[in-house]
Amino acid sequence: MRIPYSWLAEWVSVPWSPPELGSRLTMAGLELEALAPAAPPFSGVFVAEILSAEKHPQADKLRVCRVATGQGEPLQIVCGASNARAGLKSALAVVGATLPEGLPIKAAKLRGVESAGMLCSAKELGLAESSNGIMELPSDAPVGKDLREYLVLDDMVLELNITPNRGDAMSIIGVAREVAALSGGKLSEGPPARGECPSTISATVGVHLDAPAGCPKFVGRVIRDVDNKAATPVWMRERLRRAGVRSISPVVDVTNYVMLELGQPMHAYDLAKLSGEIRARFGLAGEKITLLDGKTVEVQPDVLLITDGAGPVGIAGIMGGQRTAVGPETTDVFFEAAYFAPDAVIGRATRWGLTTDASQRFERGVDPSQQERAVERATDLLLGIAGGKAGLASVERSDEHLPTRPAVTLRRKQLARLLGVGFDDARVRASLQGLQMDVVPLVEGWRVTPPPHRFDIAIEADLIEEVARIMGYQAIPEADAQVPQRFGSLPSARPSERDLLEALALRGYHEAITYAFVDPQLQARLFPDVAGIALANPIASDLAVMRVSLWPGLLKAALENQRRQQDRVRLFEHGARFIAAEGRGATREVDTLAGIAWGPRLPEQWGLPRDMREPVDFFDVKGDVAALLAATGALAEFAFEPHALSCLHPGRAARLLRKGEQVGWLGELHPSLVKALEFTYPPVLFELDVDPTLAVERPAYREVSRFPQVRRDLAVVLDESVALSNLTERVTFTASSLLRDLRVFDVYRGPGIEAGRKSVALGLIFQDISRTLTEDDVAGIMVAVVADLRVSLNAKIRE
Amino acid sequence: MQDLTILVNEALGEVAASPDLGALDEARVRWLGKKGTLTEQLKSLGGLPAAERPAAGQRINQAKERVESAIEARREVLARAEVERELAAGRVDVTLPGRGEQRGGLHPVTLARLRMEEIFRRAGFEVATGPEIEDDFHNFEALNFPPNHPARAMHDTFYFPDGRLLRTHTSPVQIRAMLSQGAPIAIVAPGRVYRCDSDMTHSPMFHQVEGLKVAENISFANMKAALHGFLQAFFERDLAMRLRPSYFPFTEPSAEVDMSCVFCEGRGCRTCKHTGWLEIAGCGMVHPNVLMASGIDAERYTGYAWGMGIDRLAMLRYGVSDLRLFFENDLRFLEQFRAL
Repeated sequence: MRIPYSWLAEWVSVPWSPPELGSRLTMAGLELEALAPAAPPFSGVFVAEILSAEKHPQADKLRVCRVATGQGEPLQIVCGASNARAGLKSALAVVGATLPEGLPIKAAKLRGVESAGMLCSAKELGLAESSNGIMELPSDAPVGKDLREYLVLDDMVLELNITPNRGDAMSIIGVAREVAALSGGKLSEGPPARGECPSTISATVGVHLDAPAGCPKFVGRVIRDVDNKAATPVWMRERLRRAGVRSISPVVDVTNYVMLELGQPMHAYDLAKLSGEIRARFGLAGEKITLLDGKTVEVQPDVLLITDGAGPVGIAGIMGGQRTAVGPETTDVFFEAAYFAPDAVIGRATRWGLTTDASQRFERGVDPSQQERAVERATDLLLGIAGGKAGLASVERSDEHLPTRPAVTLRRKQLARLLGVGFDDARVRASLQGLQMDVVPLVEGWRVTPPPHRFDIAIEADLIEEVARIMGYQAIPEADAQVPQRFGSLPSARPSERDLLEALALRGYHEAITYAFVDPQLQARLFPDVAGIALANPIASDLAVMRVSLWPGLLKAALENQRRQQDRVRLFEHGARFIAAEGRGATREVDTLAGIAWGPRLPEQWGLPRDMREPVDFFDVKGDVAALLAATGALAEFAFEPHALSCLHPGRAARLLRKGEQVGWLGELHPSLVKALEFTYPPVLFELDVDPTLAVERPAYREVSRFPQVRRDLAVVLDESVALSNLTERVTFTASSLLRDLRVFDVYRGPGIEAGRKSVALGLIFQDISRTLTEDDVAGIMVAVVADLRVSLNAKIRE
Repeated sequence: MQDLTILVNEALGEVAASPDLGALDEARVRWLGKKGTLTEQLKSLGGLPAAERPAAGQRINQAKERVESAIEARREVLARAEVERELAAGRVDVTLPGRGEQRGGLHPVTLARLRMEEIFRRAGFEVATGPEIEDDFHNFEALNFPPNHPARAMHDTFYFPDGRLLRTHTSPVQIRAMLSQGAPIAIVAPGRVYRCDSDMTHSPMFHQVEGLKVAENISFANMKAALHGFLQAFFERDLAMRLRPSYFPFTEPSAEVDMSCVFCEGRGCRTCKHTGWLEIAGCGMVHPNVLMASGIDAERYTGYAWGMGIDRLAMLRYGVSDLRLFFENDLRFLEQFRAL
């Protein structure tokens, strides 16, 4: 809402400068968003009258004017505007003037003719976006007067952000009421003093409230013999401009002006185009209307319409129709100032992508008592500008459907309790009365009846806010709450998030945050069997479906980094993935930790063995995952099982099980995807369900042996198909409880080993808790282990 | 018997000239070994008269001792030189980088969030979470947004075909927490939120934290103290805070929270648009309708709630000027946040 300071000052005496006013309003809840001068700086521009305008002897498009300046002899001015004509009053920049952006005006010769200044267009003075010729000032403009003074250009415009609860403040009078409440000043009656425009004709249009709940009040008035080609006076155009509204014609300008001033949206119909009587009713299925903006829309049965005998002439409170629109030729108009219930307007305009000044106001609530006043004001203004004869204002109303303002009780105790500070009774009362509330003292507080323009006062807390607002929130001290001590829970099974993320950071991973909605095509490619949940209104087609995995986002992030010439990427993300579950509207949001590794095993550095310069592989990332799993204190509960998702390399992928339950995935991206996504190396990915995977087991102490440990190494040759887990399972099973640790220290294929077989070297570490193991103890176990492996795994022992 | 003095001088000369420990040892064997020249001298004692033998023996022994101590002294010198030679040969360039993996890091938004959580935990708040796919009830209705309310239009909501939506704020966690825990309650609920909006200062996904404290007699004054306390703790400095009346359907009275600009200390700069203030949060006293929708007796209990942008906290803390940088996952950006 743009509020010109000078316009506001006409309605209330403002004891503050524009910046001070802005800050007072801000601190009262009408936030100042911008404060701008009404016009850019310029000087030396005066009201002047063109006495004569002759064609320039050397140029068809130029005119040589004699211009009266109110002082001394008229000046000779060369002007290119086609509207430069004798008798016109316009804006003259004299020699020595400075126009906006510092442009100086000097005496000049144009095609050989002297010019002692420049006649200015509104655009040249920064008063319009575009201009057709030089400014046309009213005939009563005082020649010689400084234009800034004449047009009150040394004015400031406050741009206020009005919250949705304060429809009452979307007008000059609304802001003036607020200023009066804050300053203790008095609201003026406004110009002109509220007098009635006498009716001189009897014409009227019948109005029927067929939907009284939606439209309980309609004030109409016929004005005949209007000259809609008349020029809107410059003072009104200036005010409209400052308020951000374009001047169109006297009739339209007047309705806009009244809306800005009083907050009552109005509409003017071309009476000649109206047929029959007006009805306010709800739309019929399939009914269509072409609006003022030329768009034809179909309305629904919950859309309130204004209709005449030939159908809709407007969507109530949103926009008028084209068929009955006012144009330059219009001579007879019918004014509408209605009250439309917020419920009958809310949400409708956006269906057609509209937000209008009217809909914004009606949605928030328009003062139901001001329609007559608005029509009076509009009539008065229009007659003054465009002439005409006014009919009788007709008022249709359905009182039972008009909003009422029930009284609300404000308890003194509750006021102090909610704010944490008590206020003097007299100040509480004064602040509410300043807001035009009716206040009746009660024993426990006050009975308060809000004025009709306030739609946001329904409960005690609303009144408490009003008191606090007028007192100023700064009047409320800061105080610590006195609350009984409570101990929150600290479940030990849940690792601290920071520790978890830190564990990956220590292994070289950077945390990424990617969007929860991803490219449906990429996701379908990765997970063809999992249906993602699609958004109804995605912001972009590649952000249209909820992720079923964190991998689509991480792959994209890794690719972006590859594109940015990074030679190595380690990224992880912690967040939800979204899995459609059984039942309508059911979704599982799984807390997920996922990562991607791409590029060399280690950052480029000196002194690395050759194999450490290779691209990362399955086992590097498995090591990173194992580091996380180790933090659970329950490493033995986990197993990696070969099991490929279709997006992973079938031979280099595993699913992670904890106590037999699937909790995660790990693997190298499928070669076809590596190629399709244009990765220069295959990335390795992991994804873990945080809760089941990373739940921590509380460590339970076991006695540490004081006796020496014994190590025996064993190299066995096995079929390739035998997984290490099969081998260790057998060894652990056979070796009995004396086996304290089992290490794999080599896996070898090549010369000396048959094709299709591999050699695995194990280190078995034995220790007993109560005695030193003898050679015989260990030898016995090793014999048993070897014998078992021969039988169960077709193993050959390498000597 | 040869002239001892000559022999000793010859031996000392040889010891002093030994270039290394090996040569020194050879010299020792030659002079003091079993068949060493000086040792041999003792054998010649037999040829002397008995009366002269003790004195001659003593002289020979003294000569041996002199040579021996010279050898010891020389050995020490040579040993030290050898150690020094080895050390010199083993010197490395300590400015070469250390070996192995380099540390990664946490995302700056996470760092800011964890810091915020920690501060509130210390003040007695628990961290609560809720789903990101929400229903209309939790995201709007229970928060006192009537259907079609203009305040809903301020939330550009992402919808699913079945009417569910992506939460537009973390406020629904308030409702869930109150429904499950009742009052008294003190929580902070951080998380991702979504709005159908994207430009320089808006991302379709961003992060918010919701705070809620409900108990008997919780007041606006308490809210002011809590927010001011948090902001000072988070930014580690004294800063001014002001509350401006505002509007949220779920609080009454409602306020916007401004703090003095952390870049210019309130003098006015580009970040604060020359106002000296930064808008940092919205807050208010929980609307009685919200308490009632959450099963809490609105006469007995009062409470405050607030919502804050975590991304904004992170931007201010780290001086990041463009919100979108947080979601580009550019390693050159992320690597700047290795610090714990």
